[in-house]
Amino acid sequence: MADFIHHLLFGIYPYIALAVLAVGSVIRYDREPYSWRAGSSQLLRRKKLIVGSVLFHLGVLMIFAGHLVGLLTPIAVFDALGVSHGAKQLLAIVAGGFAGVLGITGATLLIHRRFFDPRVRAASSFADNMIILLLWAQLALGLGTIPLSLQHLDGREMVKFMTWAQGIFTFRSGAADQIRDAALVFKLHLFMGLTILLLFPFTRLVHMLSAPVRYVWRPGYQVVRSRKMAR
Amino acid sequence: MKVRAQIGKVLNLDKCIGCHTCSVTCKNVWTSREGMEYAWFNNVETKPGIGYPKDWENQERWNGGWVCTPSGSIRPKMGGKWRLLAKIFANPDLPEIDDYYEPFTFDYGHLQSAGESKAFPTARPRSLISGQRMEKIEGGPNWEEILGGEFSKRSQDYNFEGVQKEIYGQFENTFMMYLPRLCEHCLNPTCVAACPSGSIYKREEDGIVLIDQEKCRGWRMCVSGCPYKKIYFNWKTGKSEKCIFCYPRIEAGQPTVCSETCVGRIRYLGVMLYDADRIEEAASAEHVEDLYQAQLDIFLDPNDPAVIAQARKDGVPEAWLEAARHSPVWKMAMEWKVAFPLHPEYRTLPMVWYVPPLSPINAAASAGKISARNGMPDVRSLRIPVKYLANLLTAGKEAPVVDALERMLAMRGYMRAKTVEGVVAEEIAREVGLTPAQIEEMYHVMAIANYEDRFVIPTGHREDAEDMYDERGGCGFSFGNGCSGGTSDANLFGAPARKKLQTPSEVF
Repeated sequence: MADFIHHLLFGIYPYIALAVLAVGSVIRYDREPYSWRAGSSQLLRRKKLIVGSVLFHLGVLMIFAGHLVGLLTPIAVFDALGVSHGAKQLLAIVAGGFAGVLGITGATLLIHRRFFDPRVRAASSFADNMIILLLWAQLALGLGTIPLSLQHLDGREMVKFMTWAQGIFTFRSGAADQIRDAALVFKLHLFMGLTILLLFPFTRLVHMLSAPVRYVWRPGYQVVRSRKMAR
Repeated sequence: MKVRAQIGKVLNLDKCIGCHTCSVTCKNVWTSREGMEYAWFNNVETKPGIGYPKDWENQERWNGGWVCTPSGSIRPKMGGKWRLLAKIFANPDLPEIDDYYEPFTFDYGHLQSAGESKAFPTARPRSLISGQRMEKIEGGPNWEEILGGEFSKRSQDYNFEGVQKEIYGQFENTFMMYLPRLCEHCLNPTCVAACPSGSIYKREEDGIVLIDQEKCRGWRMCVSGCPYKKIYFNWKTGKSEKCIFCYPRIEAGQPTVCSETCVGRIRYLGVMLYDADRIEEAASAEHVEDLYQAQLDIFLDPNDPAVIAQARKDGVPEAWLEAARHSPVWKMAMEWKVAFPLHPEYRTLPMVWYVPPLSPINAAASAGKISARNGMPDVRSLRIPVKYLANLLTAGKEAPVVDALERMLAMRGYMRAKTVEGVVAEEIAREVGLTPAQIEEMYHVMAIANYEDRFVIPTGHREDAEDMYDERGGCGFSFGNGCSGGTSDANLFGAPARKKLQTPSEVF
């Protein structure tokens, strides 16, 4: 039974989560463009938002980039570059820990504001409240893995997670077996992460996909639209 | 030269009575929705005052509009593209809702349901955002109505720059005027430039600036970019909204709601042709005092054959060229030079212009120290200081405002001589550089202001834009998925709940 649940959570659930993330986002973008927004509440209350939002976003973006590169770059690349597994793990702990502290500080401020400011609270939806709590919990779990990681600095454990993640993306059937012996806090962190991916299209998180990078190379400043049909 | 047409607007402040009909009709049509209670696409301010939102003219504080860089080019005052993106997580230049006012309603129900008591029951205010009791209402959209509040607060008005303002705090020297404000539909809008999503755009056909609600992601940079603070963040939907210049009416050849309902008949709508290739050049004029003239210079004469030929080549419809030749906006801005842009120093090249108001002669002048010419008072002896009007309308340059006020006084003098004394006082007209025929036309358009003289609006050419055959049986304007209201009450993606139409039989 334990085997089955493990396989369900880390062998099958990742595909469900990723499929919902992809298909859900496409449907929402196409069918509900009016609901696709960052959902800022800065207008209602500026207090705490400036510090909280900047810390949170910076922290989370660093962590996101770290996980993306750290988990999905083939281990052979690091070996070729001469980066030892231990060194990579240490980098992940230091950089991830720093970003995690930034992120959780920001998230704490944002949660306090969202739940205790009457204006922001009244303007929040269930999804808004839930997702910030989930993100806070996920940051806490992530930081909670650091003491464990410090006990084995050889990077073996980390390589297992990389193999798992890359196994999922390359459709290896035995991917889940890689992390069978991982500590509970890691497993919770992974499960929570997958759940956030699953919920992604139904929350304000979709604004990530509209990060306005194109603005930088948009020619000039002005935008003029013509109603004339292209002939 | 690239000819584009725009529906421009002029507001004759000399005739504004401050009745707020424009604001109320606009509100009822466009912003009586949750999330937009605090937003007024059109509002009327009493000047001098700090206005709505508070202190909006102070760009040192809000960083709206453009600045000229040392290299001679322009960039948004908020910063260039990278600087602006750096503000995306938290925008330090964004006003808080208290800078507008916290929207409120009253507990009217209590008046009917209160039990018996010694004192009359009262309807106390309640916040429309949090739903909580408000012990004190701290502000409103027209908090300084008819010089309400102390002078020390109102005199923070930015337009007092360079005016010895202390004496205007005294009762016998005080002055006031109304300033109705709406989106300026600028030629060089900062809101468009500041939008990272590229959702705000200017329409090529009629110059109306709109926000694509489906592309807006709520990064809220436009709110700060607009120096007139005429973009409002809808706190409910998380998207920005602005005055749409009643484009569905304009396309049908009808005036905007605010113009149609204006009791004082102060609003004029007409086509202006301009050279789109020279917008940046005009907005980059080195000295702010030159911006008014720079904008006049890019307007194109609709009677010039070269302009007409180029306009046809650029696809301006014939009806629009015809309308441009009868445009009241052209007459007031270009021919008689009595209308001016609001705060040209923001470098946005605004397209809603204002005729400055005349005012009673000030106390010193009426005490015998009056200076008069041809029986008309010197405009510098009017109560509203010329410098104040110049700060509002010409970036501080007084000469054009003085000329305009003199022409308006001359119009009165001329018509008075004609109707009361029965003489054609040609010298009054010539004194201000106009012909008697021009003065008579001015009188006809500005004083009589018949409907057909105020609004010269060609209809839009929708047949160029879409295949109208597909539109038959369409559902018109709606939020979200066209006419589909969905079948379930909850919305999976957190879009605002849709109100389903109830048939009378379902209500019972």
